[in-house]
Amino acid sequence: MAIMRFYDQPVFRNPWADFERMRMEFDTLFRGLGSEAARGGTTVFPALNVSEDQHNIYVRAEIPGVGAADLEIGVEGDTLTIKGERRGRELGDQVSCHRREIESGHFSRALTLPTRVNPEEVTAASKNGILLITLPKAEEVKPRKIAVKTS
Amino acid sequence: MSEKEMQVQRKQEVQQAGEPTKPERYFVPAVDIYESEDAVHLRAEMPGVDKEGVEINLENDTLTIKGFKGANGGKEERVLLREFETGHYLRRFTMAETIDQNKIEATMADGLLTLVLPKVEPARPRKIEVKSAA
Repeated sequence: MAIMRFYDQPVFRNPWADFERMRMEFDTLFRGLGSEAARGGTTVFPALNVSEDQHNIYVRAEIPGVGAADLEIGVEGDTLTIKGERRGRELGDQVSCHRREIESGHFSRALTLPTRVNPEEVTAASKNGILLITLPKAEEVKPRKIAVKTS
Repeated sequence: MSEKEMQVQRKQEVQQAGEPTKPERYFVPAVDIYESEDAVHLRAEMPGVDKEGVEINLENDTLTIKGFKGANGGKEERVLLREFETGHYLRRFTMAETIDQNKIEATMADGLLTLVLPKVEPARPRKIEVKSAA
């Protein structure tokens, strides 16, 4: 039997402490609900769409206004990194801004690929502001048809 | 400004009055609008739209920008991760300034539409002479 000594108890026990704890737990439960991360989205620019077919993995990102020179794409093991910078446009002095919704700045993002790829043959192309990275799958993960022999 | 890490801006779908017959989605493109002495400049983000897919219309002070996106990737692809939606773009503005319709210039590069809307030269003050009937 556990011995509970009198002085293990707090000197003053807040009668609402349990309710307070419950409220805090509810808070943490609901905190993420409104945010992007909880909805399965991401807040790290750029947003990516990833798809695959038999031979390749395709990664698409919408990065309007970013030229090829401002992009840096790398593959290391099974991690794809996309880095870059979107330059804002210099405005003249005699200009008044009405709306500023297009952001500029640096971005960098890393993505773990679902399968191993052949890093030598990764290609990236940018067209109309959509970046398409084509990553050929490594030979050992490509589907292989196994013929059944009859004896 | 440029040292800031960029954040994803979630695309907003256009809330239209009428429902389109085709099941297509329209999104609101992000824009920058600024005004200089002689023109209104507008930039709109429309990734996936090429030069032919842009439609600009200025009618009764309402400027409509439409962008039609080309086809998506191959049919054989299996989606693994979808973080952004794709679709066409549509946005309307009511212009406060009087725009010279014939001199509107539009360029499309890297999915970024740039519009220059020159203002109409202010009407010159006209002096009206009053003739006296002889």
